[in-house]
Amino acid sequence: MELVVAGIIFAVGALVIYDSIRLGNRWGDDGPQAGYFPFYVGSLLCISSLYTFIRSVMNRLLAEESFVTRGQLKLVLFVLLPTIVYVAVIEQTGIYVASIVFIAWFMRVLGKYSWLKSVLIPVVLMVAFFATFEFWFKVPLPKGPLEAWLHLN
Amino acid sequence: MDEINSLMHGFAVALTPFNLMLMMIGVVLGVIIGVLPGLGGANGVAILLPLTFSMSPTSGIIMLSCIYWGALFGGAITSILFNIPGEPWSVATTFDGFPLAQKGRAGAALTAAFTSSFFGALVAVLLITFLSPMVARFALKFGGPEFFAVYLLTFCAFIGMSKGNPMKTLAAMMLGFAFAAVGMDGVSGTLRMTFGTEVLIKGFDFLIAVIGLFGIGEILQTLEEGLEFKGIQAKIDKRVVLDTWKELPKYWVTSLRSAAVGCFMGIVPGGATPASFMSYGIAQRMSKNGSKFGSDDDPQIEGVVAPETAAHAAGTSALLPMMTLGVPGSPTAAVLLGALLIWGLQPGPLLFVEQKDFVWGLIASMYLGNIAGLIVVLTCVPFFAAILRIPFSIIAPVVLVICAIGAYTVHNSLFDVYMMVLFGVIGYVFKKLDYPLAPLVLAIVLGDRAEESFRQAMLASQGDMRILFSNGLVGGLTSVALLLLFWPLLALGLKKLRGGGKGKPATSGA
Amino acid sequence: MKLAGKISVLAALIGALGLTAPVAQAAWEPTKTVEFVVPAGTGGGADQMARLIDGIIKKNNLMKQPLVVVNKGGGAGAEGFLDVKNAKGDPHKIIITLSNLFTTPMATGVPFNWKDLTPVEMMALDQFVLWVNADKPYKTAKEYVDAVRAAGPNKFKMGGTGSKQEDQIITVAIEKQAKIKMTYIPFKGGGDVAVQLVGDHIDSSVNNPIEAVAQWRGGKLRPLCVFDKTRMPYKAKVTETMSWNDIPPCKDSGLNVEYLMLRGIFMPAGVTAEQTKYYVDLLEKVRATPEWKDYLEKGALNTTTMKGEEYRTWVAKEETRHQQLMREAGFLAGGK
Repeated sequence: MELVVAGIIFAVGALVIYDSIRLGNRWGDDGPQAGYFPFYVGSLLCISSLYTFIRSVMNRLLAEESFVTRGQLKLVLFVLLPTIVYVAVIEQTGIYVASIVFIAWFMRVLGKYSWLKSVLIPVVLMVAFFATFEFWFKVPLPKGPLEAWLHLN
Repeated sequence: MDEINSLMHGFAVALTPFNLMLMMIGVVLGVIIGVLPGLGGANGVAILLPLTFSMSPTSGIIMLSCIYWGALFGGAITSILFNIPGEPWSVATTFDGFPLAQKGRAGAALTAAFTSSFFGALVAVLLITFLSPMVARFALKFGGPEFFAVYLLTFCAFIGMSKGNPMKTLAAMMLGFAFAAVGMDGVSGTLRMTFGTEVLIKGFDFLIAVIGLFGIGEILQTLEEGLEFKGIQAKIDKRVVLDTWKELPKYWVTSLRSAAVGCFMGIVPGGATPASFMSYGIAQRMSKNGSKFGSDDDPQIEGVVAPETAAHAAGTSALLPMMTLGVPGSPTAAVLLGALLIWGLQPGPLLFVEQKDFVWGLIASMYLGNIAGLIVVLTCVPFFAAILRIPFSIIAPVVLVICAIGAYTVHNSLFDVYMMVLFGVIGYVFKKLDYPLAPLVLAIVLGDRAEESFRQAMLASQGDMRILFSNGLVGGLTSVALLLLFWPLLALGLKKLRGGGKGKPATSGA
Repeated sequence: MKLAGKISVLAALIGALGLTAPVAQAAWEPTKTVEFVVPAGTGGGADQMARLIDGIIKKNNLMKQPLVVVNKGGGAGAEGFLDVKNAKGDPHKIIITLSNLFTTPMATGVPFNWKDLTPVEMMALDQFVLWVNADKPYKTAKEYVDAVRAAGPNKFKMGGTGSKQEDQIITVAIEKQAKIKMTYIPFKGGGDVAVQLVGDHIDSSVNNPIEAVAQWRGGKLRPLCVFDKTRMPYKAKVTETMSWNDIPPCKDSGLNVEYLMLRGIFMPAGVTAEQTKYYVDLLEKVRATPEWKDYLEKGALNTTTMKGEEYRTWVAKEETRHQQLMREAGFLAGGK
């Protein structure tokens, strides 16, 4: 994992260097050009990640330490994946409906709450959120078909 | 003692029952705004602005500025409870505040945060009351080189704090700079690192990165260790406020120094966010418990005191340049500025002369508003701490939802919500691999501002670096910055020298 | 509870339909919150105007649905413009523009053009004034230009808002006219520029009147000339001795540069004429209020307004002019 992260940082560094060369990375006659700082930022990114990369390759020969255990990874993914799905469906359903489902899922599956509680609590919460954001502070959040149908948007 | 008379007159203007009611409403609204990330003080002020048109300008500004005080108080709450900074300036509060909450000391951390905020504000208001003309002239001395020196100082004050692998610290900080550079380059007006995409034009917003790195990252990390927040068993003691107060006077040096840093940064105006970082960094160096700052095992109350005092002092003193120069020190101040104009009040050198009632009413409301704010938030401390008792399987998804809303509202963009999740993963992985997050965040906040002011300085001097030492002010700032940067080396050298003189070997290295 | 709520909403809905059906043809009106996009940060001229319009509408109850001001200033306003471009056909979104309507796409190559919007109404034109620090000896634009010339190239510093935008365009135009060279230093906002000028970090600025008026009244800044054909009409004294009207046009000092900035309202493309008419009528009502007139006077704005076809033609002409100005200044993306 250490290697992968170092590799990704190196790639980001390379990308930054590439773009700063396009912008001009020199010290112009009236100060640095747009790409001057990013160029060095990119270079330092590459150097530091290379160092970490090499060091961990060498350490790897000595000792192999696992990044996460399988069980830990499972738990993390168990939440991360639904979170990604949650964000992905906001666009279709609006943030309120998606949040209700998300919280309900969490409570039901991870918290083992009864169905009644798992539905009631998020609904009440989201109604409160709706009131706070949409009515009180007039901050429009993404809304979907349900709100349209209820004429709330 | 002209000021005292004017101030008393101000209290007379501000202390009507109607105005007191507006103050309470403002503070409560402000706290709510401060708690919800994404709803900034600017939001609240802007949205309630129309409501205030039917009032007198003095009543209006009292209510609006109280929202501002409330938001300054409220930002600390989520930082301490969930590691999610409700406002940018409470990021540094998470460093010690959240570990404290995990140790079951959420109440103490909150009390310390609120009390220090109040103290910072008080110092700033005193400054505004008695020294405003002088201070306004001081703010005028700041041009590109001076601003760069201030940012440099912030970096240097902060850079020594990370104890991890220096290469990883470097990588994290550079990554922050890289993120900060994405979007429009303000000096040349060209787009950087957007690679032709539309979504990257606006750049990476600091709040989104922070919500992801800290909030989401933390939840993922917690999950790994089972489905519980560590701070759940927080004992709720009604006397926590008093007990913490007994402890706070110990940190008077830190408080005073942080208030000074905050006032300085607010007036310049460098902003509350850099002020909180700078103050935290300096406190860490100066305190004898500095090495324990931000540690998971023994987090320090002092690490909450320093950033909160500075942030609130800066936030308050930022109103001074707004009133006397017409330059807002923060986005919220900018909206307040708009309000003044709509009321037909012209911020600027003449405001203090032409609108005495208004100005002194506002200053009096700063005292009263902060007192009201402190009372409101302190009475709620046990309640806030009780939030941590809610089971993880309810609070975690709610926190995730709040994060998503917060990320969305920054730019009304769903893309930002994806970015937030991505930052969450980065935060999680970095924490596991011991990449420090603080330098990354600091670089995102200050990166483009520092670069911009540096290039403004270079434009002004036609590329001559000597401008950074061209007068006493900028030269002094730059020197202090460099001194702080090399402090660890110097300290080591001094120790060696002294140790050598006494013929004893220098034992303590780091 | 939830079901009951739905039923009652449904009932209300049916009732509403029944009631409004005959009137429905009358005129289009917003049916939900209208978003008012500001393609700039908080505190600038465009933001102030948008918030003032919002305030006037709320104070006088000119709209049944709420209006919400949203700042989308990323990428020199590109964020806001792209947002409105992508909201094609959405009648619940309006945007206030400044010159970055033209300059941002030209300077950055962001795929956006004013034709992606529907022009609604020009609210006013903003003036530009040449300012110097009041402690400096220059009393006229000519004296200042002579001093710049005498000092040699790049010795004088001109501060302005943003890069490759209106302030820098004017600076380049001055340089061309007077055959001088200054160093242009970009700042974030007009208020910052004015303070930098007061603090003597820069030598001159081309601030809009409203950005610098407070410092002028405070005796810190001095206006030299206005970049317009004629003097500004406001004769009320601003300082003890001068009114806006006392500032001469720049061409009287041999500086033949004219520039006015659009402060106008647009909607997304693909909206109906009826929907546009609603906003035109709304803005007419805003312009009739005393608060608006007061604001115009305070900011010494040029009161020209236009709508419909006239406005469209003006915008098109203005685009061509900016194209030319930007090309001359070498600000076009990709060096075209």
